[in-house]
Amino acid sequence: MTHLHDDKVKELEQKANEIRQTLIESLIEAGSGHSAGPLGMADVFALLYFHVLKHDPKKPDWPERDRLVLSNGHICPVQYATMAHAGYFSVKETKTLRKLGTRLQGHPHRTSLPGLETTSGPLGSGLSQAVGMAIALRMDGKKNIIYCLMSDGEHDAGQTWEAAMLAGREKLWNLVAIMDRNNIQIDGNTEDVMPLEPLRAKYEAFGWHVIDVGGHDFQELNSAIDEAKAVYEKPTMIIAHTIPGKGVEYMERDFRWHGSPPGKGPEDKFPRDMQGAEALKELRTLWGKIKSEHE
Amino acid sequence: MSNPKAKLVKDLLDLKKLAQAPTRDGYGFGLVEAGKKNKNVVVLCADLTESTRSEAFKKEFPDRFVEMGVAEQNMASVAAGMAAVGKIPFISSYAMLSPGRNWEQIRTTIAYNDRHVIIGGAHAGVSVGPDGATHQAIEDIAITRVLPNMTVIVPCDAVEAKKATIASVGLKGVVYLRFAREKTPVFTTDKTPFKVGRAEILWDAKVSPLHVAIIACGPLVHNALLAAEELGKKGIKVRVINNHTIKPLDEKTILKAAKDAGALVTVEEHQINGGMGSAVAEIITRNYPVPIEFVGVRNRFGESGEPNELIEHFGMSPKHIIEAVRRVIKRKPAQGRSASGG
Repeated sequence: MTHLHDDKVKELEQKANEIRQTLIESLIEAGSGHSAGPLGMADVFALLYFHVLKHDPKKPDWPERDRLVLSNGHICPVQYATMAHAGYFSVKETKTLRKLGTRLQGHPHRTSLPGLETTSGPLGSGLSQAVGMAIALRMDGKKNIIYCLMSDGEHDAGQTWEAAMLAGREKLWNLVAIMDRNNIQIDGNTEDVMPLEPLRAKYEAFGWHVIDVGGHDFQELNSAIDEAKAVYEKPTMIIAHTIPGKGVEYMERDFRWHGSPPGKGPEDKFPRDMQGAEALKELRTLWGKIKSEHE
Repeated sequence: MSNPKAKLVKDLLDLKKLAQAPTRDGYGFGLVEAGKKNKNVVVLCADLTESTRSEAFKKEFPDRFVEMGVAEQNMASVAAGMAAVGKIPFISSYAMLSPGRNWEQIRTTIAYNDRHVIIGGAHAGVSVGPDGATHQAIEDIAITRVLPNMTVIVPCDAVEAKKATIASVGLKGVVYLRFAREKTPVFTTDKTPFKVGRAEILWDAKVSPLHVAIIACGPLVHNALLAAEELGKKGIKVRVINNHTIKPLDEKTILKAAKDAGALVTVEEHQINGGMGSAVAEIITRNYPVPIEFVGVRNRFGESGEPNELIEHFGMSPKHIIEAVRRVIKRKPAQGRSASGG
């Protein structure tokens, strides 16, 4: 497996920081939206857009691009922030999130924003679309890779397993799914709401190659993606174990931050009027690199 | 009399001589034809390959056929994914399941996502027969026509079904094609005009003014023709319109009918709530209000029985259409009543 150079890891860490800052700022501005999932997936997004994906921000419909399907659409603030930093549009535009007339809809809408591959929000339908793309591209002898980003909570949905079954039967080598295994969903911890484990065994039983990785470890994530691309007889599921709210300590591992933006969340650590500034301060404190206009 | 421009079959009203075929047969033939014309056409089917008539395509193009198993929700979104990379997918199942069970997937991942996917819904209507209400889709027109980016087509016979199937390849967005299980009269021909979005006048009284225009869709168009013939014998002058495309609706033809006749009867094998008749009423009330009577299923579920028995039982036979015509004539404003024809 290729090993990322230290410089590359540093660069990706810096990108992930910027992405976290931008998404927090866009959520503060929007006054609604999801915090925990986007923060938890910032590292995965940084790695994909700044190292893994074959894509061109200036030609979003380039036919040779890899496809990134975001199934759990509610974490779109992290995708918007990442796309902005990758050059699809200005970082300034992320402040239009969820506002009337915006291209950055509350849940991602393909035809609003070039660079999005699907429209998503209602959970459980992204893997099906990724499977459809993988089957169709394979029919045409194309080599593009389809990455499907999913939540753990959407594994409650039957459609996810319908798609998993089909992908296994079709032995889709060109499909790489990455599950955000952050153990939370809106109503609580996943294993309390609807137990999902053993996820690894379930996917293996459906004919998938499964890799467990730390979702904030660029080396592990990158190696897993390389391994997935090298497995030709099966689709691959990378279970990325992440910390929901990663980077903002007062949100971390707390399911109550699943669907709230800073300024609208639980007040046991900070009152609402301080949550936005504190979130940005914590990011800065954590990494020592982020400047904030909210100081 | 039959409109000569419609080029219908010779023995139009002779049930003994008319050929009979289910509209789903036309879908099957149309799929193969569409597959030959366009290499991007693919067919997905949810474990109903024979009865949705997808089998012929599977035999002809095995590499472009995907068996989905009993998974209609997955099928809709997989089709959206295939369309995203250039395929033109047809998804085949029973209408109750697709667009029934998978409606949200159709809404979000196909319609709102603006993908070109064609939904072939077989076994629509109560004429499914002995299988009973669970398998009789009589809500499908309502749930599809409400969606933006959608075309809804209900072919009147197997010949028209084939034309609609082939034509849908060239459309944009989502297309819903509604088919029936039971054999019904084949009364249009290869030469009968068919254009998506244009209703066709199949029958028109020789002399004006008209008393009533009957707007029908699906195989019941033939019952409307039988009713028109009977009414004509009693001096009631009727126009029959085959309104195969429910969305987008041919407002011009429908409004002209309302103006020419001053009263309408709609006929569909579907709930009268939200169906084709409702679509007609929506444009009539906005533009040229006239009395309308609705022939269809009245806010209840279907049941087991023989197809013809069920059409009779649920009030959609020629007799019921004639009764609706008489009712609507009575509702016409005073100046129209003198021409009620008894």
